[in-house]
Amino acid sequence: MQFLQILIDGFAISSLYGLGAIGFTLIFGVSGVLNLSHGAIMVSAAVVAWAVAGSLNAGPYLGALAGVAASVVIAFATYLLVVRPIQTSRRIPREEKEIFVLTGTLLWGIMLQEAIAYFFTSNPKTVRPLIAGVVNIIGVRTPNQEILTAVLSWLVIGALWLLVNRTRQGKTLLAASINPRGLTLLGFELSSIYLFVWGLYGLLAGIAGVLLGAFLGVSSDNVGTLTASAFSIVVLGGLGSVSGSLLGAYVVGYLETITAYVISPSIRTIPVLLLLVLVVYLRPQGLLGRR
Amino acid sequence: MKAFAIPLLVAALLALLPLGVGGYVLGLLTLAYYFGVFAMSWDLLFGFAGEVNFGPSFLIGLGAYSAGLLNHSFHLPIWICVIAGAFTAVVGGVLLAVPALRLSGPYFGLITLVAVLLLQNAIVLFAGITGGEIGLDIPDIISIDDSTNYWVALGFMTVSGMILFGLSRSSVGLILQASGQDAIQAGALGFNVTKHKLAAFCVSALFSGLAGAMLIFYMGTASPGTVVEIGVGVQVIIAAVLGGRRTILGAALGAIFLIVAGELLRPLGQLSTFVVSAVALLVILFFPGGFLGTALHRGEG
Repeated sequence: MQFLQILIDGFAISSLYGLGAIGFTLIFGVSGVLNLSHGAIMVSAAVVAWAVAGSLNAGPYLGALAGVAASVVIAFATYLLVVRPIQTSRRIPREEKEIFVLTGTLLWGIMLQEAIAYFFTSNPKTVRPLIAGVVNIIGVRTPNQEILTAVLSWLVIGALWLLVNRTRQGKTLLAASINPRGLTLLGFELSSIYLFVWGLYGLLAGIAGVLLGAFLGVSSDNVGTLTASAFSIVVLGGLGSVSGSLLGAYVVGYLETITAYVISPSIRTIPVLLLLVLVVYLRPQGLLGRR
Repeated sequence: MKAFAIPLLVAALLALLPLGVGGYVLGLLTLAYYFGVFAMSWDLLFGFAGEVNFGPSFLIGLGAYSAGLLNHSFHLPIWICVIAGAFTAVVGGVLLAVPALRLSGPYFGLITLVAVLLLQNAIVLFAGITGGEIGLDIPDIISIDDSTNYWVALGFMTVSGMILFGLSRSSVGLILQASGQDAIQAGALGFNVTKHKLAAFCVSALFSGLAGAMLIFYMGTASPGTVVEIGVGVQVIIAAVLGGRRTILGAALGAIFLIVAGELLRPLGQLSTFVVSAVALLVILFFPGGFLGTALHRGEG
């Protein structure tokens, strides 16, 4: 029975990890930005969903919608207020842009985190589930919300796949990640592509954040851990590779779940960290990464 | 030599401070000086070797905890513990750096980050020995006198700053700077890039470990929250970038600014961290050279 429990719980948490990490890897792949305010954006989405659904009595659906909307707005703000000024600044040497973007987004994430803690306290919050109830899957009691989390995550990931591979707008994203200069020569405006990808990122991070808030609950103290876990998943799978990130998410999700059930929840993250060290040393480009 | 004159003059003036101000200000500055050493060590690695070390608190924590455990469990004298702590930090740094320096950019950053998380997990896991989340109480302290503590910290920061600054201005510093900006070209000129970077990592680890060990003998306790957690490392990085990367001494200025500003804004409660981060972000966006970088540039131009 425990085996089945691990299988189900691991699947749900891994899908959620995948959804969370996919936006992170998308931004890196297309614009070369490692967004260290990732966790803060996810938590903002969940907290807004919680606040709107709970205190304003708007119901879970409207709450979730507000959470995702907030995440999109914050993602645009991250790009326009922090990332773009650094990228276009002439006073920052090119080879140091990376560390400035890292430091800038890090500071921005701390600001978001502190703002959440100030207005909503840092107590853990659980977003009201979109659907209530529990079903019995071959003897394992599973909340409907957990199934919804996995299903929704995969629907969104599928939609993203269609967007990138089947639409014109999506194909420009792919092209921008491969050769941005070539794309500009063909007459595409890079800045509008970047805006588009940040909007998309906000959508993905927002959905992931709201689902996470309903599944496990969030607090402004989780911000750092969430960013670190997205970073690890993405590096494990290969920076910039979307399918790699999904694989990485499943490896991390299952490894954590197995450790928590079989050994002890207190060392839940340690095997993942050790695996990460091993992979980075032996295969720095990640499981499915290209060099 | 002219470059040394102004900082030494400032240090001499700061040394007179205990004659005029109370223990509260001195305590704050003592903490800030140790932080200054953390930030300067980080700047040597980043500003000169071009390696983004996300885990300065791995080196700091290693030094602090090994010194603390020796004192806590075996009651060795402080100076032996401090030296042992610095030594452990260097050994840990080498173990981390030898494989990690084969990596670059985000991968190096991630490995150093993971090192911090592993150290933190180890401390919590072996709570029976290390005191876990609550922390380890240290029986011995440097002094109970505020002024003595202040002078020890100031002296330590001044000496470390002179060594690190001197190193950055020496030929080694130039080679490091070259390998940070273009490793291939520096290698083609016949410099052993990896060896120099490793040396920079060792020096950085040495001073981080020393400062970490001395800090806990000032505070009388070592806990993950003060010397290991990622937040500590983030503060160090912000301090160094804020003060002006690649200036070494600017990093100390940044650290003092961060600690003092955090304290001055304490009446704002939870908002104080928000304000400090916002100010730091604005400085990075509008004065990317940081305090010292901007000031020096003005002077030249």
